[in-house]
Amino acid sequence: MIEVERVGRSFTVGRRRARRTVHAVRDLSFTVEAGEFVGYLGPNGAGKSTTIKMLTGILAPTSGRVEVAGLDPTRRRTALARRIGVVFGQRTTLWWDLPLRDSFELIRHLYKVDQSVFRSRLEELTALLDLSAFMGTPVRQLSLGQRMRGDVTAALLHDPAVLVLDEPTIGLDVVSKAAMRGFLRRLNAERGTTVLLTTHDMGDIEKLCRRVMLIDHGRLAFDGTLDDLRATAPGEESIEDVVARLYTGRSTTHAGDGLDTSKD
Amino acid sequence: MVRTYLLLAWTWLRASAQYPGPLITMAIGSFAVNMLDVAAIWVIFEHTRSLAGFGLDEVMFFYGTSSMSFALSDMLFGNVDRLSQHVKAGTFDTILIRPTSAFVQIAVDRFGVHRFGRIAQATVVLAVALPRLDLSWDRAWMIPLMILCGIVIFASIFTLGGAMQFLLTDAPEVANAFTYGGNTLTQYPLSVYGGELVRGVTFVVPLAFVNWQPALFVLDRQDPFGLPYWLRFAAPVAALALAAVAMLAWRAGIRRYRSTGS
Repeated sequence: MIEVERVGRSFTVGRRRARRTVHAVRDLSFTVEAGEFVGYLGPNGAGKSTTIKMLTGILAPTSGRVEVAGLDPTRRRTALARRIGVVFGQRTTLWWDLPLRDSFELIRHLYKVDQSVFRSRLEELTALLDLSAFMGTPVRQLSLGQRMRGDVTAALLHDPAVLVLDEPTIGLDVVSKAAMRGFLRRLNAERGTTVLLTTHDMGDIEKLCRRVMLIDHGRLAFDGTLDDLRATAPGEESIEDVVARLYTGRSTTHAGDGLDTSKD
Repeated sequence: MVRTYLLLAWTWLRASAQYPGPLITMAIGSFAVNMLDVAAIWVIFEHTRSLAGFGLDEVMFFYGTSSMSFALSDMLFGNVDRLSQHVKAGTFDTILIRPTSAFVQIAVDRFGVHRFGRIAQATVVLAVALPRLDLSWDRAWMIPLMILCGIVIFASIFTLGGAMQFLLTDAPEVANAFTYGGNTLTQYPLSVYGGELVRGVTFVVPLAFVNWQPALFVLDRQDPFGLPYWLRFAAPVAALALAAVAMLAWRAGIRRYRSTGS
């Protein structure tokens, strides 16, 4: 469903004499099969968001090949948009001043979703995500948790084969987090939607992801099951500590390799 | 594309109805400010009977056609030129994940009543100037065509300005020199300017086709710069050529889009 082959993305930063090239992602390869639920981890600036942006067609890779749902994201961006759903935890894709209901109606038009399909899909999603109480509320008046649920609904109205989430639980309280996780697990189990999510919350990883990929310095540092991940650090108690060790291991073993990772 | 544009425009209009006050004030403000331009032309004609060979009604005709093209183009596509704001805020990412043209989405973004102020002003000027020129239809047919070509030319310049901002996020000022500057330039008969400048806006940045060349035909005038007669009919060709360049630049720009840090 997602194929990434020897992908690199570099940015030129700075002006004139201070100009240098930053490799946000280098020589990255992985494959995600249909129906998988994959957690994509990495410290700040490791290249997670850059990868997500290349998968969704926002950024063109500098080198290598990307294929998502059978399409090249850069060349077939709008066709791909119909087959995938994207959620950014840090910014909404909804219309700030419009009631949720109107945002969804607009999305129905943009994605050309059939009216009857749309109705049943919206009904199902509003029930699952408990949205019905604020369908008439303008997005700017929603709490973060409510808005996030709105964003997830918006990303799923066209029933995409792949759902990509960039930090979907950031800033959510424990109850909202649990509700979001329960929903995503069901979505993956019952509809077979392929899910790729980035997060800094190890609870997301433990509760949801059968497979974990860890990116570091723009390269894949780990790819395996949750158990495999634990096995990398036998002494550690929690998954948080295991991951922390992988992150800090990086700063000692790679210290001074001159890589700037300020670009996420 | 047109359907998507109208749908989004309607959506933004409804959203802006949430706080109508500021937008209506802006519309009235832009109407009033632009009317000062007209007052300036009147003041000039208090002292003289002709400006570079053209009378008051003819100058008003230049002013009105340029303003109409610019106002319509600005209403429909002017926001493209504010691309860097979207790039900096990171909202351009959310535009790119939608299954519809990024150009349409950015052009229509925050569509509101404030975009109508200039059009009202241009309409008033043309409504006054046109009857006084007493044109016959065998020349007046050019007027809708020249306004249309003007819209395309200004839209192309807005788009070129937007495309530049994929590379340089501080480029709007450069683009403004050609959009707002181009509007000001074509509000007067080009005969007030020097020959070098006129050749530049004829053959390099085709602003002369916004109204000057077709207007020479409409008003049945000799070209003071002695350029070929057929140029009066070349506006559609110039507009389409510029639009093609703008479209290629926009595509190249999107491929070079760098997004923001998160």
